[in-house]
Amino acid sequence: MAADPTLRATEAVFRIERARLIAGLARLTRDVDRAEELAQDALLVAMTEWPSSGVPANPGAWLMAAAKRRAIDGIRHAQMRERKHAEIARELDEEQGMSADALEAALDDPLGDELLGLIFAACHPVIGPEGRAALTLRLVGGLTVEEIARAFLSNEAAIAARITRAKKAIGKAGVAFAVPRGAELAVRLPSVLEVVYLIFNEGYAATAGLSLVRPPLCGEAQRLGRILAGLMPEQPEVLGLLALMEIQASRLAARAGPDGQFVPLTEQNRARWDQLLIRRGLNALARVEALGGADGSYALQAALAACHARARRAEDTDWRRIAALYDRLRQVMPSPVVELNRAVAHSMAFGPDAGLALVDAIADAAALRHYAPLPAARGDFLFRAGRRAEAKAQFEAAAALAGNDRERDYLLRRAADC
Amino acid sequence: MRVMVFVKATEDSEQGMQPSAELSQMFIDMGKFNEELVNAGVLVAGDGLKPSSFGKRVAFDGPGRTVIDGPFAETRELVAGYWIWEVKDMDEAVEWVKRCPNPMFGPSEIEIRPFYEMEDFVDVIPDEAAAIHDGVGEKLANR
Repeated sequence: MAADPTLRATEAVFRIERARLIAGLARLTRDVDRAEELAQDALLVAMTEWPSSGVPANPGAWLMAAAKRRAIDGIRHAQMRERKHAEIARELDEEQGMSADALEAALDDPLGDELLGLIFAACHPVIGPEGRAALTLRLVGGLTVEEIARAFLSNEAAIAARITRAKKAIGKAGVAFAVPRGAELAVRLPSVLEVVYLIFNEGYAATAGLSLVRPPLCGEAQRLGRILAGLMPEQPEVLGLLALMEIQASRLAARAGPDGQFVPLTEQNRARWDQLLIRRGLNALARVEALGGADGSYALQAALAACHARARRAEDTDWRRIAALYDRLRQVMPSPVVELNRAVAHSMAFGPDAGLALVDAIADAAALRHYAPLPAARGDFLFRAGRRAEAKAQFEAAAALAGNDRERDYLLRRAADC
Repeated sequence: MRVMVFVKATEDSEQGMQPSAELSQMFIDMGKFNEELVNAGVLVAGDGLKPSSFGKRVAFDGPGRTVIDGPFAETRELVAGYWIWEVKDMDEAVEWVKRCPNPMFGPSEIEIRPFYEMEDFVDVIPDEAAAIHDGVGEKLANR
């Protein structure tokens, strides 16, 4: 970090403005790489000029104007190269007029439409989910390739290649940097929400490696969710996802014990739950319900998380309501994992035998064959039904499948307690 | 990081809200600023506080507790409102505060204070205190 106060202020301003700059410039140039370059150029101009002139009153507009000059210079150079002078003289005026209009529109965007347009472009379904996540973190979150690689436990070369492929896919498909409307919005929105939740989950439950929780990714996903909720306040599933993430994030500090070991929900110290995030989550959920979106898949998951958030003690948890919510969720979002969680909820609401009956019905699902939570859940049901020896075998099987060391330790402890 | 942003009181704000064109305009400007904070994913919470004449203080001296009614004299040290923001660092918080419309009619001040994070406590709180902290948590949760 630069020591000079103006340079530090410049960097901070740039971090605040970067995504919006890229969004406006991408809309103008229809080229993300070029938009990133132009934004970076504008930063360099600011770093040269602001130390003597001071940070301008509206630094965002200043940066956009600087980038715009570069963009128009670029268009002119390209035209000089490619066309005869006579043609240029005639067309330049038209071109300039058009660009100026587009730029004015990009400069004056109180609704944040262009930022939303950039998010939709980065999360376009022509890109695979992981590519979408990397590109969104780079363009919208402003994370460096190195930071993204660290967050996804990958290497820089792989992430850089993933981002390049994603940009190419957008260019090739001619994706517009605009917010889809009407029916298209309904088609495109799920791929945006999927990416935000993927980023959150990467942070929330690391599937590999030593660290159970990597909070920076959760924070990025929450920020994206808050931006989306700010820009699309009438979309129930956007608010549902935000509610879900806020409530889940409220437990981050309680999920790891003093030695970093995994602490399951029912054993967490609830005083460590972040009440501010819980309140934000419950408020968002209330708005979802007011908008009539309570049956959306994210809204239902948020409602499930809210059941835990509302219970002051684990034994106060309304398991019957949770079981009923899972009964609805499996209709909206059928998946073996939902079935498994439903089995757990039913075991808590109606006893371990109810759980065992449901888990036996899904035991053969291919998606659950190497899924540690399946034997872990069955082990728990058997343990509570007093069938200790069978439970022990299930916990050991689960430990062998566990994705991270913390979870494995927990399962081995449970096996030892049988 | 999470920061709390304090809007400091002035003689004016201590008088409470008087309807005026100026005040209406400030609400509009502040509303726009808040919207910007929301759209940037920065705003976590925020509220305005009534003048200190509505407030009370409890003074501690050993076992003694004395309740003092407002208003309180040292206006510049009073808080008239607050936000909680989620930002990357203090530089970013400062830049956001600079964009805030002047929250008062005359000269005024806004103060930014970072929250303590879990890591900050590791070397400060002895294990024994941490255990009590957790124990209290359980008692609260069990109530």
